[in-house]
Amino acid sequence: MDAVASRRRWSRLLVAGVVIALLVLPQVGGRFWQYLTLNILLLSLFSLSFNLLFGMTGLLSFGQAAFYATGAYATALLLRTEVIPLLPSVILGTVVAALLAAFIGFFCVRHTHVYFAMLTLAFGMMVYAIMWKWTPVTGGDDGLIGIPRGSLSIPGLFTIRMDPLAHYYYFLTVLALLGIYALYRISRSPFGLVLNGMRENAGRVEFAGIPTRRYLWWAFTIAGFFAGLAGSLMAPLESTVAPASAHWAKSAEPVMASLIGGPFTFAGPIVGSLIYIGLKEVIVRFTQYWLLIFGTGLLVLVLGFRGGVVGFLLQRFARRDSPAGPAEK
Amino acid sequence: MVGTLLYQGLVGLSEAMYLWLVAAGLSLIFGVLRILNFAHGSLFMLGAYLAFYFIRLLGGNFWVGLLLGPMVVAAVGWALESFFLRRVYHLDVAFQLLLTFAFVLIFDDLVKLVWGPLYQSVATPAVLSGAVRVLGRPYPVYNLFILGVGALVGLGLWLLLEQTPWGTVVRAAASDRDMASALGVRVPRLYTAVFIFGAWLAALGGALSVPVHTISPGMGESIIIEAFLVVVIGGLGSLKGAFLGAVLIGLLHAYGIMFLPMFELALAYIGMAIVLIIRPWGMFGVREV
Repeated sequence: MDAVASRRRWSRLLVAGVVIALLVLPQVGGRFWQYLTLNILLLSLFSLSFNLLFGMTGLLSFGQAAFYATGAYATALLLRTEVIPLLPSVILGTVVAALLAAFIGFFCVRHTHVYFAMLTLAFGMMVYAIMWKWTPVTGGDDGLIGIPRGSLSIPGLFTIRMDPLAHYYYFLTVLALLGIYALYRISRSPFGLVLNGMRENAGRVEFAGIPTRRYLWWAFTIAGFFAGLAGSLMAPLESTVAPASAHWAKSAEPVMASLIGGPFTFAGPIVGSLIYIGLKEVIVRFTQYWLLIFGTGLLVLVLGFRGGVVGFLLQRFARRDSPAGPAEK
Repeated sequence: MVGTLLYQGLVGLSEAMYLWLVAAGLSLIFGVLRILNFAHGSLFMLGAYLAFYFIRLLGGNFWVGLLLGPMVVAAVGWALESFFLRRVYHLDVAFQLLLTFAFVLIFDDLVKLVWGPLYQSVATPAVLSGAVRVLGRPYPVYNLFILGVGALVGLGLWLLLEQTPWGTVVRAAASDRDMASALGVRVPRLYTAVFIFGAWLAALGGALSVPVHTISPGMGESIIIEAFLVVVIGGLGSLKGAFLGAVLIGLLHAYGIMFLPMFELALAYIGMAIVLIIRPWGMFGVREV
């Protein structure tokens, strides 16, 4: 009991430290570090949305980028009207992504895990193809460029222009942290417990009278919502969106980050995103064949380190209550 | 008008044959090994590139390329199964999918590394170039050849699985692995053989596509997605379903371009969505527990 309590105290301190570091970073770090940090935050949110499905229910989505890109495109289109302010654009963009996830999810959760992986990939690439070909709306191959960041304002009270990166940094960081906190609460809620139960034994959960398919549908929609939020926050940061953001190579990023960090703990995907972006930043300076290294890394993780970095550390230092490992058949 | 429709149908059918070869291997491997091979499109691509390589190397002989390319890919299939897949059969299905997905990423970049990111093509072999008149229109001889190969592979698979002792063993292992093993079937060896065969089929499709389609590093991903649509429509694990699914997708593309060019792409997905609602396990699929 003491060990658990002390671990909880340490993790609270750690979280507080990270949040404080995030808030003071613009005062000490330049544009490069701010930009890198924002990318880590976006990938963390994106990976956590993926891991809400994978880590909790065991469902492997290879089409998560479809919702990321949909959020990004919808927010970009709204911002480009120059009429709708930043916050409503981001929220609306996120909701559009969630609606698409509800629609696609309806077809994807009807089957076994194998069908789920196949269908999410196919539908994801459908979204990619639409963005690539529907030129009048999406800008086709070039995507949408010159997306304004707009401003954050309460009429009559204040208006903050979001053009300076430091301003947008705070906007993105606060929303991303809120998103991550919401996901944490969801994973610890009764709803989250049911999802976890489905990973362990779907049949038993169903016998307990729980409509599993409807729970999975909700989980899929929620995952699409948070992937969409990550995309919606990305569009004004980059000021461009391209079809590549919906491609399966993009869908592979949260897969990779979750596996590096460890899919069976909440913090795993966040740690994984940090490592992933850090490694990528270094590796792309030496070679353009990033996917080759990335794929080989995935191979090693699957064959040897299925608990990821966090799982490995926890097992190493706290043998007694290690997290649920990868389920063996 | 009827002539045009029939002709367009023939065009769709010949395109469907490449898809059939990929979907057949994908479905066969899933039916026996219970592994969904995400890298199956990459094996198709590898078959195309290796055939291209041998054709160039050996002074433009198409037939040698067609023979050697798929053979090398079969060897790659052997390595994939014996060194990697075998180590994850006991794991959760998600890790099996991730393993094959890792190879998609690896093969994509390897092909770029070796052959470059540009489009490549070779000439159609002299015997098969030219056209015959079908329904009053010129129809490429090569398309007829492809239709013939597709039909032959279909017939061959049927004979192999339904009429030979080896086929009986494969079907037995597909329906109950443990029982087959208890009766003396060497299941691990059978798995390797089936995976090699499936890889060879995909590579054959890739090699056959070299003279008519330009080859590029993105060709594997477009065919695997189409193959997924095919097996979802036909039923994963069913060869009859794979064949009819491929034909259906081929025809949808051919007529879609003719009548609804704007929505051509969406038709296959709409078809899949309808099948998923009416018959969730595909036209010839069996419900899984």
